[in-house]
Amino acid sequence: MGSQGGWGQSKEFLDLVKSIGEARSKAEEDRIILREIDTLKRRIAEPDVPRRKMKEYLIRLVYVEMLGHDASFGYIHAVKMTHDDSLLLKRTGYLAVTLFLNEDHDLIILIVNTIQKDLRSDNYLIVCAALTAVCKLINEETIPAVLPQVVELLGHSKEAVRKKAVLALHRFYQRAPNSVSHLISNFRKRLCDNDPGVMGATLCPLFDLIKEDINSYKDLVVSFVSILKQVAERRLPKTYDYHQMPAPFIQIKLLKILALLGSGDKQASGHMYTILGDIFRKSEPSSNIGNAVLYECICCVSSIFPNPKLLEAAVEATSRFLKSDSHNLKYMGIDALGRLIKINPDIAEEHQLAVIDCLEDPDDTLKRKTFELLYKMTKSSNVEVIVDRMIDYMRSINDNHYKTEIASRCVELAEQFAPSNQWFIQTMNKVFEHAGDLVNVRVAHNLMRLIAEGFGEDDEGADSQLRSSAVDSYLCILGEPKLPSVFLQVICWVLGEYGTTDGKYSASYIIGKLCDVAEAHSTDDTVKAYTISAIMKICAFEIAVGRKVELLPECQSLIDELSASHSTDLQQRAYELQALLGLDSQAVESVMPSDASCEDIEIDKNLSFLDSFVNQSMEKGARPYIPENERSGMFNIGNFRSQYQHEASSHSLRFEAYELPKPSPPPTIPQVVLPLPTTDLVPVPEQTYPRETHHAPNLPSATDASSVDFGVKLRLEGVQRKWGRPTYSSPSASSSSSTQKTANGATHLDGRTVSSQTRDNFYDSRKQQAEVSAEKQKLAASLFGASTAKSEKRQLPTHKTPKGVPTTAEKPAVKGAISSSEPPKEKTVPSSPPPDLLDLGEPTPASTPSIDPFKQLEGLLGPTSAPSAIDHSSAAGPKTPDLMALYTDTPPAAVSSGSLNPELADIYTVNKNSHGTTNVAAMNKGQNRQDSLQKDATARQVGVTPTENNPSLFRDLLG
Amino acid sequence: MNYIIKIHFVILLSRQGKVRLTKWYSPYSQKERTKVIRELSGLILTRGPKLCNFVEWKGYKVVYRRYASLYFCMCIDADDNELEILEIIHHFVEILDRYFGSVCELDLIFNFHKAYYILDEILIAGEFQEPSKKTVARLIAAQDSLVETAQEQASSISNMIGQATK
Repeated sequence: MGSQGGWGQSKEFLDLVKSIGEARSKAEEDRIILREIDTLKRRIAEPDVPRRKMKEYLIRLVYVEMLGHDASFGYIHAVKMTHDDSLLLKRTGYLAVTLFLNEDHDLIILIVNTIQKDLRSDNYLIVCAALTAVCKLINEETIPAVLPQVVELLGHSKEAVRKKAVLALHRFYQRAPNSVSHLISNFRKRLCDNDPGVMGATLCPLFDLIKEDINSYKDLVVSFVSILKQVAERRLPKTYDYHQMPAPFIQIKLLKILALLGSGDKQASGHMYTILGDIFRKSEPSSNIGNAVLYECICCVSSIFPNPKLLEAAVEATSRFLKSDSHNLKYMGIDALGRLIKINPDIAEEHQLAVIDCLEDPDDTLKRKTFELLYKMTKSSNVEVIVDRMIDYMRSINDNHYKTEIASRCVELAEQFAPSNQWFIQTMNKVFEHAGDLVNVRVAHNLMRLIAEGFGEDDEGADSQLRSSAVDSYLCILGEPKLPSVFLQVICWVLGEYGTTDGKYSASYIIGKLCDVAEAHSTDDTVKAYTISAIMKICAFEIAVGRKVELLPECQSLIDELSASHSTDLQQRAYELQALLGLDSQAVESVMPSDASCEDIEIDKNLSFLDSFVNQSMEKGARPYIPENERSGMFNIGNFRSQYQHEASSHSLRFEAYELPKPSPPPTIPQVVLPLPTTDLVPVPEQTYPRETHHAPNLPSATDASSVDFGVKLRLEGVQRKWGRPTYSSPSASSSSSTQKTANGATHLDGRTVSSQTRDNFYDSRKQQAEVSAEKQKLAASLFGASTAKSEKRQLPTHKTPKGVPTTAEKPAVKGAISSSEPPKEKTVPSSPPPDLLDLGEPTPASTPSIDPFKQLEGLLGPTSAPSAIDHSSAAGPKTPDLMALYTDTPPAAVSSGSLNPELADIYTVNKNSHGTTNVAAMNKGQNRQDSLQKDATARQVGVTPTENNPSLFRDLLG
Repeated sequence: MNYIIKIHFVILLSRQGKVRLTKWYSPYSQKERTKVIRELSGLILTRGPKLCNFVEWKGYKVVYRRYASLYFCMCIDADDNELEILEIIHHFVEILDRYFGSVCELDLIFNFHKAYYILDEILIAGEFQEPSKKTVARLIAAQDSLVETAQEQASSISNMIGQATK
């Protein structure tokens, strides 16, 4: 029986495992493990622990660590055990250190010596154990210490050692490519190893190397193709078969490599066509592994230079995946479709219903994969349906990672393909509402910009309609609890700018709403800043048109609260508002012009308009301005400030009390119509404002910077201000005076002027009907419509325009798409039976040319490929593997018959002496009942009974 | 796709969410490991039988397969061949089955270190190492026999039972 059925550990350990198995809660499990840790700490520290005992302690430490607890106190003992001479103990030691230590652990330095010694061992099992540890533990620093030995082991007589040496070298390459750059040729050499296992292992590093530098490996294309051919033709020993497939794992690796090498290379791809066709033909769609190879083949075909025949075969295989009942295959089918439509977008069309089934499948994994596909095939004709679907899905999930991803995809698609600005805004609203905290703040800025700039056409009517509908929707949304901060900022800004523009809502109504927002988000300073600025704007607009502003009590208390806020920013805004309320309408209109957020703020950096004032002052005896950097700290700031208050304050705090305003020149209307920023921290008497005008030029730098930042003229007010830049003026600056109208053709959305309201209705109605299964076809039409439209010939003569779809002249694209692809039923019944695509050799009469390119290719390549490999190996030495020759020397019996190599059979009988038969069938299931019975008996003795926690503990995993 | 296959970790979970085996090929701190296991058991153990054997998880993909009451999970990059990973899992289970003789969960519970040795012959540094079942079986057998000659104490069933009932 040996080690198999019995559990050769001590009673103590069995009890531990058993009690863990019976633990009813995680807390109980933790208690048990903590007790075990105590015990182990004590035992390990005892003097002269017998080595065998120590081995068990180590396994118990591994167990403790596996269950998520820290066993670092025992690491050093694991390291010590690797030094042991006995393989049994050494192996346990290596197992424990590879599980315990990461490559950067300090203890590794203590193992390097042992590894060096073990790599030189006569016993190949010890060498193997050491190589396994090398792969996990050797870091950049220690690579040189073992590198020479590992390279030497590439030529070891045991294939297991060679294989591990190849993989160790590969590991070194991944860790520190430079350390092994001179050894790369070894991988090429090992590709010709006469053991398929070693050859297969070599494909891993070669894949990496080829990825880095494709061109240096183009010469290997023929070799890889030849290897793949031999594998597919079952020239490898039978032991590499897996579920009747010849070495499928090696096939998959080769296909991945060929996909790299053939990408964008017509000539290299040409070599591959024959073998890929063969693999399609020989595929075994009944087994999972067969499908895995098939899938890899599709990936390869879609990556290399396209070949129509192979594409057909790939499409055929993909459609079989999609039609399968297995979710796994559907999933792979969707993925494959995503690859194939890159080559030919029309391929998706045939599978539209299958895709929609997957989209509506309750399986999240499948759904997400389908969204990925839809994302890849989005265009302006189907963006609305796709993004709607995405948002619906986004609402329903809690997984923040995926939510972020899908939200950013929605934004990306909407920005790229939005059919109208109206739709864009509504879409953004939804994204913000449901994933606001997860999207980039830039998206919010874009949205505000879009609302401010409008369509980019001189259609003021449409612009204002857009804005009032935005206001409507925001007032509606405000009723909902828990809106994300970024979204609230957008809402406040829009309400402030446009809340009262169309006269639908009274100022006090909007202000009331804004006060509610501030109250409900009392901890969010940014939102509060946005609300107070919005209130200020609304008040300003009211005053400007000559209406009296009666502050609501809650608004007054908000101002009072913010005036005393800890945030200087909020304080300033509150004081500004109060100041503004005291101004007359003319002044207010200059400070806060209506709908001016898009206006350019013209900046006179030389402050030339101040010249007369400066001259005047100098004549009166004022001192000339000294730039800040020339000023010394000892300068009489007080005196200076009386003239240049704000300049002086730009980089330092003022500690002195403010001076009383000096009697100033009689108020004059500023020479240049400039923004009148209310930068003062205190309310100022009205007559001082002309002087403020002179400080206005402090603005430029900040204004400049921000307009550069966003690349547009829209000033986004209320960007949170901290201490740093006092020159940055208040938000009011953003809605500044009139200069010139922005030429805002810069909007990147293709703004078709569409009656967006009807569009909305249309999609709302769509959404409601989505549940009805008949609507799937309509969905298909809207998703795949445009591509269907291209192939008019496929249509049945009778179109039925679906009911409930308003046919509005404004949306010709949508309508066209629907009507042209309406009869999807026809799609499921192809007009002609699908040709046998897998049979590439047989030309199908309808679609293939009279000369079969494959036949030609075969003629060109078939006879030459194998001989050429041989030629190469004799001429160019080890560069090209002669696998055919190598593998043919395996005994023919092993290749052709199912019986085991006698030597191997012996090993197995030793292992399984409980059922003393050398029959191959003994390896199979069903013959091991005796084993199971014994296990059962043992377990009962130990005290684990199947009726306890988990009755299926005894069930055969493969049973 | 950076590597031909990159498996970031292998986790064996029981249906009750108990950890039966973990092997980490990419660096994760002990804290992260606990979190990963908690998240994945929430994600995988609740899934119905007919659904995909793959779940998307933090930009990675976890391929799992259930055998009796045990879930074998492997985490890979998002663009790897999932079907192949499913078969690697199956390959592992078949080898376990040969080794233990009708392997059951209990075998793995008490002999997790043996399962580690077997896994080390199949995957190395997260890459698939050996496609031949026979080669793996032969190596493990060679190691065991060497171990057993060194081990004068036989761990036969009777001995075991004697120990357990002491």
